Order: sequence, then C-alpha cells, then structure tokens
Amino acid sequence: MYSIIVFLPLLGALIAGFFGRWIGARGAGILTSAFLAVSAVLSIWALYSVGLNAHEPHMERIEVLRWVTSGALDVYWALRIDTLTVVMLVVVTFVSGLVHIYSIGYMSHDPHQQRFFSYLSLFTFAMLMLVTSDNFLQLFFGWEGVGLASYLLIGFWYKKPSACAAAIKAFIVNRVGDFGFALGIFAIFFVFGAIDFNTVFGTASEQVGQTFNFLGYEVDVLTTICLLLFMGAMGKSAQFFLHTWLPDAMEGPTPVSALIHAATMVTAGVFLVARCSPLFELSETALWVVTIVGATTAFFAATVGLVQNDIKRVIAYSTCSQLGYMFAALGLGAYGVAIFHLFTHAFFKALLFLGSGSVIHAMSDEQDMRKMGGLFPHLKITWAMMLIGTIALTGVGIPGLFGTAGFYSKDAIIEASYAAHSGAGSFAFWMTVLAALMTSFYSWRLMFMTFHGKSRASKEVMSHVHESPNVMLVPLYLLAAGALLAGIVFAPYFIGHDETHFWASSLFRSESNHIVHDMHEVPLWVKWSATVMMLVGFVLAWVMYIRNPALPKRLAEQHVLLYRFLLNKWYFDEIYDFLLVRPAKWLGRFLWKKGDGWLIDGFGPDGVAARVIDVTNRVVKLQTGYVFHYAFVMLIGVAALITYFMFSGIGGTH
Amino acid sequence: MQSPFHSADLTTASPELLLAGGAMALLMFGVFRGKDATGPVNVLSIGLLIAAGLAVLFSSSGTVTAFADGFVVDGFARFMKILTLIGSTGAIILSLHVMRVERMNRFEYPILILLATLGMLMMISANDMISLYMGLELQSLALYVVAALNRDSVRSSEAGLKYFVLGALSSGMLLYGASLVYGFTGTTSFPQIAAAINHGETGLGLVFGLVFIISGLAFKISAVPFHMWTPDVYEGAPTPVTAFFAAAPKVAAMAMFIRVVVGAFPNITADWQQIIVFISIASMVLGAFAAIGQTNIKRLMAYSSIGHMGFALVGLAAGTEDGVRGVIVYLAIYLVMTLGTFACILAMRGRNGAVENISDLAGLARNNPMMAFLLAMLMFSLAGIPPLAGFFAKFYVFLAAIEAGLYVLAVIGVLASVVGAYYYVRIVKIMYFDEPAEEFEPMPVSLKAVLAVSGVLTIAFFVYPGPLVAAAGSAASSLF
Repeated sequence: MYSIIVFLPLLGALIAGFFGRWIGARGAGILTSAFLAVSAVLSIWALYSVGLNAHEPHMERIEVLRWVTSGALDVYWALRIDTLTVVMLVVVTFVSGLVHIYSIGYMSHDPHQQRFFSYLSLFTFAMLMLVTSDNFLQLFFGWEGVGLASYLLIGFWYKKPSACAAAIKAFIVNRVGDFGFALGIFAIFFVFGAIDFNTVFGTASEQVGQTFNFLGYEVDVLTTICLLLFMGAMGKSAQFFLHTWLPDAMEGPTPVSALIHAATMVTAGVFLVARCSPLFELSETALWVVTIVGATTAFFAATVGLVQNDIKRVIAYSTCSQLGYMFAALGLGAYGVAIFHLFTHAFFKALLFLGSGSVIHAMSDEQDMRKMGGLFPHLKITWAMMLIGTIALTGVGIPGLFGTAGFYSKDAIIEASYAAHSGAGSFAFWMTVLAALMTSFYSWRLMFMTFHGKSRASKEVMSHVHESPNVMLVPLYLLAAGALLAGIVFAPYFIGHDETHFWASSLFRSESNHIVHDMHEVPLWVKWSATVMMLVGFVLAWVMYIRNPALPKRLAEQHVLLYRFLLNKWYFDEIYDFLLVRPAKWLGRFLWKKGDGWLIDGFGPDGVAARVIDVTNRVVKLQTGYVFHYAFVMLIGVAALITYFMFSGIGGTH
Repeated sequence: MQSPFHSADLTTASPELLLAGGAMALLMFGVFRGKDATGPVNVLSIGLLIAAGLAVLFSSSGTVTAFADGFVVDGFARFMKILTLIGSTGAIILSLHVMRVERMNRFEYPILILLATLGMLMMISANDMISLYMGLELQSLALYVVAALNRDSVRSSEAGLKYFVLGALSSGMLLYGASLVYGFTGTTSFPQIAAAINHGETGLGLVFGLVFIISGLAFKISAVPFHMWTPDVYEGAPTPVTAFFAAAPKVAAMAMFIRVVVGAFPNITADWQQIIVFISIASMVLGAFAAIGQTNIKRLMAYSSIGHMGFALVGLAAGTEDGVRGVIVYLAIYLVMTLGTFACILAMRGRNGAVENISDLAGLARNNPMMAFLLAMLMFSLAGIPPLAGFFAKFYVFLAAIEAGLYVLAVIGVLASVVGAYYYVRIVKIMYFDEPAEEFEPMPVSLKAVLAVSGVLTIAFFVYPGPLVAAAGSAASSLF
C-alpha cells in the first residue's frame, strides 16, 4: 500500500512527461490528478491506521531494493512508516492532489500542460521519497529531487527572464544549505559508520560529549552534526539569511507556489529536524540556534510582509514567517507542536495561495494589490475562501472553546515558548507574539486592499473579472474545510492528551523535556495574548485601509527610512549582491579572461600551437629545392657527427 | 680461398635468381611484343613477385650462408623479403589504373620494379660490404629511372635527377665508410668485422667509417639530415612511383640498416646507438613539424615517412632483440598503412585529372563516405591512436626504448607523435567538416582492393596481433 502511495505519482509523472503527446493536455491533468487522488485516499487511511487507531506503537520498514554497497557503506532503499511519516504523507498527497485538480482549471490556457503536470507529479514523488526515507542518503535524494522539481517549476515559464533568474536563485541559495546538509551526512557516516536512521538514532546517546579536533578546536560531535543538518533545513525552509529565494520563487505559476512554496517542500526542513529529534535533543546548543533562527525569521518576515504590494509576495513572506514559528517550536523541544503547525499551515496557506491564484486569474494576471480593490461583489466565493484562510492564519477563536486551525497550532507555539522558561524561550515568545500582531495586520491588509474599498483597476480589467470555474473552486472548499476543522479535530492527537500515544517512537524527547505538558499550564494572559494581538492587528488594518485609506501613505512619508528598509526586505538582496554575487562574478571573470584566456590558453594550447607553426615555417624554408643545399646539409650532418665523436672520444679511447 | 660458387649457393639464392631471370625474360618479351606488351608484363610481374615470395617462404629454415659468406638467408631476411615483395606487388597493383589513364603505360615500369626488388632482396641478404653495395646500387639505379619515368614532365625529370645526384653522393659516403672499416679491420665481411672489433681493433678511424656507412644508409631510409631529397622526389615523381618509394624500398633499406649495425658492429653498440638516437630524434621532430606546413598531400606523405622512419629507428636505437622486433612490427604496419593511404591518394582524380592538394579532399565524407572513413582511419592509425594498428607499432618501439633506458628518446618520440597527430587529424577535419570540393571519379577496383585489405588489417590488428608479433619476434631472434 505504501509503495502505491509513493510510486503512483512517479508513474503519473513518467506518463505525462513521455507520453503527454498521446494523452493530451486534458488527459495528462486528469490522469495525474486521479493518481494523486488514489495516493491521498490511501494516505488518509494510513494516517488512520498508523496514527489514530494504532493499538501499539507502530513502526514499519518496507524494503524496496538494496541501493548502494561500497565498503562499509550499505544503503537500502526502504520506506520507513511511522506516525511522522504518515502525517507528512497526508499533507503532501492531499494538498498535491487538490493542487493538481486546481491546475486543470488554472493552467487551462497554457500550451505546455503535460510538462507542468509531469513536473508536479515528479515533485510529489520526490517529496514522498523524502518523507518516507529510511536513511540519510535516501533523504538527500528526495531533498535534491524536490529541489530539482522546484527549480523546474519556478522556471516553468522559461521565456520570462525573471522566472529563469528566480529559478536559478532558488537553486543556488539551496546549494548553500545543501552543502551543509551533505557535510552533515558525511559527518554522520564518519562518526556512526552508518547512515540509516535506526543505527544512528539508536547509538546517538553514546556520542554525547564526544568531541573531535578541527583546526585546533575541540568541537562537540553531535552539535556539529545537528548544526550542519540545520543548515540544510535553513536553505530548504527559507530561514533567516537563506530566505531570499522564497519570495522570488513566486515567479512560478500560483499552484506551484501553493504546493511547493507553502504547503510541502519548504516544510522539508521542519520535517528534517523533527525526524532527527533523537540527535537534536542531545545538543542544547543546536536547539538554541534553531529557536533563535526560527523566532528571528518569524519576526523578520512578518515585518517585511507589512509593506509588500504583490499579493503573492505577502503570502510568501507570511509562509516564511510561519516556518519561523515551526522552527522556534522545534528548538524548544516541542516537535509535535511544530509538526501540528506544519499540518494546519499546509491547509490554510495552500488555501490562501490558491485563493489568490483565483484572484489573479480573475484579474487577468494582475498581482499588484494597489491595482485591485472592490472585488468583493464580483468574487464572492473566492472572497469567502480567502476569508476562511485569513481567519485560520491569524488564529481566530475563543480560548477554551472553539477556534480555527491556526488558533490551535500557532497559539500552541506561543504558549510553548513561554513555557520553556529559558532565555531563548522568552526571546521566541516576544518575537512570535509581535509576529502574530503583524500577521493579523498584513493578512487583513491583503483582504481589504484586494476585496474592499474602491476599485483601482482599469475598466477593461474589471469588465473581465469573473468567478473561477468549479474545477478551481472545489479544491478551495476542501482546503477551507481543513483550515477550519484541522485544528479542533486533530489537536488532541498532535498536542493534546493522546499525544504520547499518537507520536509513539517517531519523535524523541529526553526525560527532562516536559514542554508539551507545561504549555497547557501557562498563565491565562499568555493564552489570551495571541488572540488580543490578532484583534489589534485587525483593527489597525481596518483603520488604515477602510476607515482612512490616506493614512498608510502619510505614515510611509513620515517614516520614510523605516518604510524603505522594510519595502526593500531589509536590503538582504542588495547586501548579498554586494558581498557575494559581485565578488564571485568578478572572480569568475578574472579566472576566465586572465586565468584561462590569457595564462592557460596563451601559454598552453594557443601558445604551443603558435610556436609549432613558427617552427614549421622555418623548417619549411630549409627546403629550398637546390641540390647543392641538400648536399650541403648532408655533409654538415656527417661533419657534425664526426666532430661529436672526435670530442666525446668514444670509440677511440675506451 | 674456397671456390666462389657452389651449386648449393644457387638454391639458397633461388628467389633472387628467379627475379633476375624473370625480369630479363619479360624485358625480351616486352621489347619484341611492342606497345601492347604492358598488360601481360604487369600480370606476369605480379606473378613473378608472388613466385619469388613463395620461394622465400618454402626455402629451408635456419640460417644459411652462400657465396663465401657474402649472402645470408635467415629468419630475419625471409621476413623482410616477404614484406618487400608485398610492398612491390602492392605498388604494381596501385599503378595499373593510373598508368593507363595517364598515358604512361610502359612495360618497362614493372620490369624496373622487379629489378629494384631484386636489389632490395640482395640488400636484405647482404652479409658483406661488397654484396651490400651491389644490391644497393642495383636498387638505386632502378629507382632513379622510375623517378624520372614521366619523361615529358619537368618535375618528374627533376626529381629523378636530384635523386640520382644525391644518391651518388650518399653512395660515395657509404663506400668511403666501407673502405675505412676495411682499412681498420682488414675485412669486408660482417661476421669478420664483428670478430675483428671483438679482438680490440677499434679506434676513431673505425667509428668514422661507421659514421659514413650509417650516413649512406640513412639516405636510403630518408632519415634527417639525409632526407632532403625525399619531399622533392615524392612530389615530382608520378604518384604510383611515389607509392612504391614510400613502401618497399624503406622496408628493405631499414632491414639492411639493421643487418649492418647488428651484424657487423654488435660490440660497439654504444657508439652507433648515439648516432641512431640523434638521427631518430631529428627525423621524428622534423617530420612532425615540417609536415604541418604542407599543402600537397604527396609532400605531406614524404614528411610523414621521414617521421615514421624516425619512430622505427627508436626501436633500433634500443639495440636489443625486443627493439629489433619492434622495428620489424613497425615496418610491417607502416607498409600496410602506406599502401592504403596511397590507394586513396591515387583515387584523388577529378574530371580534369589527378589532384594532389590536401584541400581537394574537402567534404569527402559527403561525396564518398566509405573512402573518407577508411582514409580517416588510416590517418588516425598513422597518428598512432589506439586501438588502430599504428598505435601498437609505436607502442612496441617505445616499450623497447624504455626498457633499454632511453627515456629521453621515448619522451621526445611521444611528444613528436603528438605534434604529428595534428596534420593527420587535420586531414580528417578537412574531409568531414569542410565544404565539399569537386567530386572525385569513382575508385577503380584495383585501388579499392588495396584500400580494403589495408583498412581491414589496420583495424583487425588489435584483435589478433599474435601472428605478426610472434613472426617478428622469431625474425629478430635470428639476428642475435
């Protein structure tokens, strides 16, 4: 059954990719969607049987084939099935299936739909490979597979230069993280002599306190490994310093943004850390770093989200910020909480993206919110769906009673960070609370700017505005249901009283880690803080964009420096351009022109070739055609040989 | 003094006697038959060469001397004679078509080749300075005449004349060296010269003699600096004659070279080794560099043959049995490749007659893909690119040189072959990537046959190298 879940998308990708010409655009869409639907249904069944209805802790290992055997390295291709895996299976196949269906409508005017669906299914397969992996090599395979698919899909419209640039940027920034990830895997093999999860996690506790020597420093083994792995996670999950590719990735088609850059691939880093919880749990330093980076990202991305004007970029920064929340929770040891937020976030963020895709579709590919407004009467269903997404994201709910998905998962993170009672914990607490305020503000800002107020679009665009077809709306309904209900239904299992039984052995917490228990005991004001922030954000947005639409402009003029700082995303791109891109280009140009062109070619191939021609020209001139010259050369030859023997004395004197 | 003639001597020299008698009979036949004698004479000449080859093959094995030690037949001689006869036969076959269409169809040509071949067989079996000179002059005089065969062409006459003048000079040197050696050792017989040197009869005078003898021999194999005649004669002589020059005489002269230095001077190897290293390096380097500047394919083949003789000398410079085996293998493969290449060159005929420029080959791959492929393969083989036969030829001689400790020579040789590869591969490039030039006339069957045999042998050698290498090994061992 698990093999079917994993390999159906691959089959779909191969059929759509290689036989797309025969089955046609519509055929490719329907076929891949159907395969994904089967996978999704099976995944939900798997979640039920492994997670919700398991009588004893469930861990299964299905061998597919023996993959690599080289010296001490012996790697099997196997599917590791436990609660963490099946949760990810559900997220990936469910969202991916809906995105496939949605794309049938969204991409209906595109001439290359077969290629699109093939990539989309290929991505899904790679992502499934990643979450079912049984060892680090297989994980890395899936990791790079999703990276490749992401590259292909961001650059799907390859005739658009900005799309190509964004694709390359995503690829290169991820290389930085993958470099660390690969080093981490090497280090694991070096230390443990194996790379399969069972061996590594089983013997991890023996390595506590072990050090190795690096350039004269004694470095803790586990901390090093965890930080290297986290570097990979930072790249893939667009955390602070390595986040720059994610907003640019919005150049891809919107369904891609929903699937890859909101719901699944970017959460691979979160999955990685959760999967490696037996390692991270043993290194306090690593956990501290994870918390700080996560909380900083949550805050930073939210500030940038405040002032962006591109509808997809706002959601992209929102994603970045929410991923920061997840890492903050991971760093505090609340792995279940992080995965829970990952789970709920997949629903409402995919919903927001697909909803905005519906808006963009209606607005004839316009993405700038300054040219929208007043769409509510035309797009009532989309508006309702976006509204559900927004309240789920901002966490609307009444503590202790009822709430949307984000209300359970996001607020749990805020509570957990308070409950940690550590330096990093309180930093994370204040950062996430402030980020909650800003999240609410920019989410409502998006709603108001897009759907309410006076329309700022041209007449021609407005006359074409239409509600999306059902093939696009049905996925929205299903996601909306998830966004509303995922929290209340699953909270008891993921973070509530059934938590230990649910996660079983798939997540590891040390004896001293009681955070999931403690977070239910926090003071009341902490529980209310997030809700209050959500309300404040809503009111602020209402005042600024409905009540007094001139206010934002005035504010921006008063605080022009701050505004520009945020608008330009803290100048990260410019700093990287100055520090890394330009020196690298200069170095490349230098090595190319001077190093290769002048030095190596000049003195190597070109130089030698030129000297050969010189010699040739001289030698050819010797051939004069005069017999006496020829005879002269012969005699000179004899004379030279005889002279040589006279002076060397060989023959005469030995 | 023993009597100069025994009846057994005649049996030993039966292939030579066969050629001599046959050549004279054919000459009579041609003279009396008149103009239309050429066809039969050609066929009969080929038959005669084959008969001589069979006579060589079925002569008694082991080392036999005759004519008062002046003539020796051993494994080495038999092998080289077979190669020479193959070369001569190939040359006549190559000439059949061209001579007819160029109106040079004279019955004297095959007969002159027969006489030259007779001289070559004598050279190979010579065991005495006198018999060596006799064979050498017989061969040379025949070659001078065939070089000028096309009497109406100024270039052909000039080629013959130049060859004659310089050949006379080199003969003089050889004779002078032989007389010096005679003066210092008191004998002209190779085994006795060797014995005399072994008794301590060495001196600067003897080495001078050696230098002059080697100079004379080097002229025949066109090694630098005695090569100057080669490009002019190759270019000037009619192309079938050039094909003949490039093949059989080179093999015979190299065999004679080996016989002299190994047979007569085995105890002063260090001395002649230095001379051979020098002319070997000079030939390889000059052959490689000068060929690059050529536009005429016959001149290019001249420098190519100069270079190849340099490579073959690498094996001789080693002075060991393995080295000589390497030379023999090299010559056999060189012969095959050269005949194939000249088959292609002879097929370069447009509507207005023969063309000789390299640029005329442009785009041959599109006009005649089969010929282009085979020629490209021969070029790669001549350049020494594995897995073709030419690579193994170089491999054996370099291996011998390295085993003999001649590292510098081997390294220079390899570098020279890299430079040399340029002009061979350039021909391939011209054939495959340049805009097609004028189309050639279809290839006559005789040329096709030679090219096909050559191509198959060049490719197939690496599959089944055993017989040739083993035969070469036993031939070499008969000298030591």
